[in-house]
Amino acid sequence: MREITLSQAVNEALAEEMRRDPTTFIIGEDVAEAGTPFKVLSGLVEEFGTDRVIDTPISEPGFMGLAVGAAMTGARPIVDLMFGDFIFLIMDQLCNQAAKIHYMSGGKLNVPLVLRTNMGATRRSAAQHSQSLQALVAHIPGLKVAMPSSAYEAKGLMKTAIRDNNPVVIFEDKLMYQDKAPVPEDEYLIPFGEANVKREGKDITLIATSSMVQVAEKAADMLAAEGIEAEVIDPRTIVPLDEETLLESVKKTSRAIVIDEGHQSYGVTAEIASRLNEKAFYHLDAPVLRMGAMDVPVPFSPALEDITVPTPEGVAENARKLCAGELIHAA
Amino acid sequence: MAKAKSKTNTEDYLRMYRQMVRIRTFEDNANQLYLSAKMPGLTHMYSGEEAVAVGICEALTDDDRITSTHRGHGHCVAKGAEFKEMFCELLGKEEGYCRGKGGSMHIADQSHGNLGANAIVGGSMGIATGSALRAKLNGDDDVTVCFFGDGATAQGLMYEVMNMAALWKLPVIYACENNGYSEYTKTEEIAAGSITARAEAFGIEAFKIDGQDVLAVNDLTQKLVARCRKGEGPFFIELETYRYHGHHVGDINREYYRTKDEEKDWKSNRDPIIRFRAHLVSEGIATEEELDAMNAEVEQDAADAVAYAEAANYPDQSEVDMHVYAE
Repeated sequence: MREITLSQAVNEALAEEMRRDPTTFIIGEDVAEAGTPFKVLSGLVEEFGTDRVIDTPISEPGFMGLAVGAAMTGARPIVDLMFGDFIFLIMDQLCNQAAKIHYMSGGKLNVPLVLRTNMGATRRSAAQHSQSLQALVAHIPGLKVAMPSSAYEAKGLMKTAIRDNNPVVIFEDKLMYQDKAPVPEDEYLIPFGEANVKREGKDITLIATSSMVQVAEKAADMLAAEGIEAEVIDPRTIVPLDEETLLESVKKTSRAIVIDEGHQSYGVTAEIASRLNEKAFYHLDAPVLRMGAMDVPVPFSPALEDITVPTPEGVAENARKLCAGELIHAA
Repeated sequence: MAKAKSKTNTEDYLRMYRQMVRIRTFEDNANQLYLSAKMPGLTHMYSGEEAVAVGICEALTDDDRITSTHRGHGHCVAKGAEFKEMFCELLGKEEGYCRGKGGSMHIADQSHGNLGANAIVGGSMGIATGSALRAKLNGDDDVTVCFFGDGATAQGLMYEVMNMAALWKLPVIYACENNGYSEYTKTEEIAAGSITARAEAFGIEAFKIDGQDVLAVNDLTQKLVARCRKGEGPFFIELETYRYHGHHVGDINREYYRTKDEEKDWKSNRDPIIRFRAHLVSEGIATEEELDAMNAEVEQDAADAVAYAEAANYPDQSEVDMHVYAE
């Protein structure tokens, strides 16, 4: 199978869906000729024109609001938010408006829009261009949240998101845009709420989102060399969450670590760990462990930044301890 | 009062009168429901501002969209909503426009193009402008009117979306209902400079008119809607008006921010219904008796709708997690 980058996969998904559905359009800052700072959208304006690949002023709440109104009246906007950190700027339009309109209208109005944005530290971009804020939006009922872990997921989840009748937020890890993965030429969609068991194992379950899937897989390789068989699961969407697949795995392995690049406190890892504790408690041989980013603003200096995020070595170390029955007092 | 064009407008005029009376009557009943503790929560009365909603909405079709505000009952009635579904929504009943999930501050009536009231001040400005963007991209000829108060002119979103609407010539009309008060504070204390000049800074043609004169409001809106349909939008209208009640129904002792004399002056001398009624009689469009009969009919409709809503069922508890996500 051919291999393409995550960036190309997103671009293909957008182009295919825009060809299929004339009500779709892209709106955001420097999305047209510039193709975004990450060049993910390169070539789209040449095919679809500036009416469907719309450059806006630097007005995040404004263009997010426009997308909500367009979605409510029959269009399917794809909003490009240049950095995930800017989500704080659009919170009212996303969380008070888009997320609630279907419910508040008793099901009469729909808001079918996609918010494409990114996450991920270690790019030396400091505290306002490096955050992984998926927990903030996953907390709000009415929003769906997808976290692709490779080019394959990025394409299949994006196509599903565009066809969904709800507001969907997709977080792409900006450090993965050039990572290649096998992606079929033929059309495919990845349904929401279906976790992917990336690797089977019987000793411990590593549940990881986005780029943390790679971290978990590397940890699983290290552990395999020592005779510990780790199962690696990628939920792919955190809302909706495929609880069943996660629970089945944990009931089998009796141990789990949940890994996500958002801050550890009050985060995605806490939510998933809590559900496992509530629903698989009597199957567990060890406390479910959370591994998120440190609870500090992302620092600039590489010497500091690199230690704020989970690493394969750290995951493997914690897995060994859990399998050996040691209690861990994680930071 | 703007001059009547001709007797051929009789039907339009009588409908405008009737719609203004319907809004006032709806609000009087809603206030009674609050005072008698039959309505959950609070509500914000539109009484006094009827000529704004009616003058504008009578220039629109069902395909044209509006976005509304926390003070939104007037917009909802003016855009064509029925009393029964509105009172049911105010009381949280299952037959309400939103099955009781929205309440007074979130009534939406999609069948008549009302995209909904919004409880975030200025929160619907993006939605209205986005609706207009959709119209332009699709080549649809509908126009969207964004209702908001003077208080919302202090929100940054307004300037972001007016900028884009002007850049892209979107068919949207920003209708600023300046009722003189931003909640419990005089507008002059929260708004520096001129409100219309803010729109003009973006190259948007802006108008300031008497919002108590339904014909003047309607006449201007008709012209601007026609121009929007030809691609000449956006436009901005500041409508000078007055809210008879407090910020909400519970805001009863309000002399610390405005005088009873001021309220009395607006109610006696600038009431939009009294003024239009006098005009209809003096122009021979209707007699006092005919208008009294119309008022009585509206009052009966409202009483029937209130009784219906009071007796109506609450939604089944199984509906609580319904409509979180669309299919």
